[in-house]
Amino acid sequence: MIEVFFQYDFLRYSLFTGLLIGLLAPLIGVFIVVRRLSLMADALSHITLTGIAFSLLLGRHINFFAGMNPVYMGMIFAVSGSVMIEKLRHTYRFYKELAIPIILSAGIGIGVVFISLADGFTTDLFSYLFGSVVAISRTDFIVVLLLTSVVAILLFLFYKELFFLSFDEEQAVISGIPRRSLHLMFIVIVAVVIGLSMQIVGILLVSALMTLPVAAAMRLAGSFKQMFLYAVIIGEVSVLSGLFTAFHMDLAPGGMIVVINVVILLFVLAFTSKK
Amino acid sequence: MQTNNPSHILEMDNVHFSYAHQPVLEDINMKVSPGSFLGLVGPNGSGKSTLMKLLLGLLTADRGDVKLFGEPVKSFKQWSKVGFVSQKANSFNSGFPATVFEVVSMGMYGKVGLFRFLKKHHKQKVREAIAQVGMEEYMYQNIGKLSGGQQQRVFIARALVSEPDLLILDEPTVGVDAQSVTNFYEMLKELNVHKGITLILVTHDIGAMSDYVTDVACLNKCIHFHGNKETFEANREEMMTAMYGHDVSVIEHNHAHDHHDHSHDHDDLAGTRS
Repeated sequence: MIEVFFQYDFLRYSLFTGLLIGLLAPLIGVFIVVRRLSLMADALSHITLTGIAFSLLLGRHINFFAGMNPVYMGMIFAVSGSVMIEKLRHTYRFYKELAIPIILSAGIGIGVVFISLADGFTTDLFSYLFGSVVAISRTDFIVVLLLTSVVAILLFLFYKELFFLSFDEEQAVISGIPRRSLHLMFIVIVAVVIGLSMQIVGILLVSALMTLPVAAAMRLAGSFKQMFLYAVIIGEVSVLSGLFTAFHMDLAPGGMIVVINVVILLFVLAFTSKK
Repeated sequence: MQTNNPSHILEMDNVHFSYAHQPVLEDINMKVSPGSFLGLVGPNGSGKSTLMKLLLGLLTADRGDVKLFGEPVKSFKQWSKVGFVSQKANSFNSGFPATVFEVVSMGMYGKVGLFRFLKKHHKQKVREAIAQVGMEEYMYQNIGKLSGGQQQRVFIARALVSEPDLLILDEPTVGVDAQSVTNFYEMLKELNVHKGITLILVTHDIGAMSDYVTDVACLNKCIHFHGNKETFEANREEMMTAMYGHDVSVIEHNHAHDHHDHSHDHDDLAGTRS
């Protein structure tokens, strides 16, 4: 059953990419959840769709874009979206959460306009929305590998500052931690991770891979570090089993990954509520 | 360095601050000498929190100078010399999965700096700070599972771990039971007398703190009184009326019993300090 993933190159790259995002999405997800930014991940994934639609539209008219993986344009959109969210959060200082619906709906709205302008791109779009096992090329994989390493190194380097900011922002600032620049770095990382993960999980479900493993890990963990460990284990288990079942049963992997995550979460909730 | 031996830990000189044309603080003059234990009291809305934000550099004064360790707060960089325990510390999200050890480690982060990690000796300091507040049994417990008083001790440990010369506490005893409050003040006195840490305690509860502090400042938009505790005690009634507009009988009551019992403690303290 697993062997098939090593027989074909394209499946092998999907598997490796899956392993990387199963690590990365829950890692960043821990910070997203404890900083109460879960919904921001959702808004950014929707604006990624806008970028993808834009890239596909350009691809129809300009050769250069036809050969490019639309995910990169998606990431560019997500990164600019994340900066815009920050600006809006500053503008609506007393209603910070407004920034999220604004960007989310703007993203979907503009994306839908792009899609209709191009008279739809049905098959492609489906795999961007719900993920695909076969969408990963060798070049894509190398990009994923590089970006994963960069993000992992950044998270490792700034672990203590991000931890402090998440737990107690005011104290962190008093002790001299540069809040604004770290926050900006953080949301740019989130945008990049969304772009990476959506190739397997799909746009609509990418934030699930960042939050569901963490939601389960939170119930189990006795310390902040343990939360990372559990979240990554749950993330990897769900991505791997999701990919296998999706391939063998011809289902969208994003759906399977989320279903497995939900099952794990239910088990954890049932198990921990007795304590 | 020129800041090593300042004559005052904290100086506020003619400080004014207003939020949107609404004056909150007017002409604040305050000096805190090394080794003192200042109780800063004032009713709700008297500008205590604003004053604190000014001296932590979170807000900038409209007028006047704020100096920490002899250096203007704007250019002050040695924040590890200043420990701060905020009122909000005990209203943190108690579902946050962090152990006492992890929380206290945060106090080290500013001192360790960016791109550096906690070394063995840093971790040793963290353990010592936890022991100092008597929480070593709970080192690896989840902070959310502790009582309010225990959590407050953990936050003190976090403020102490960078070995500050000045410790600022904002209403640290809100939501802490009476017995713990007494133990808590004993601990503060110990830090002040034996470790020589300068303390600023911001509170509305004059009764409980006045057995422990060396100096008192009364704030209500402006400083109504600033001096040593003995002078404060002598003019207590007047101060209260000036600040609250009437005598605060509830607080007076609480305080009435132990006032006599501790009266020579006061003298002792005064002796060691001046």
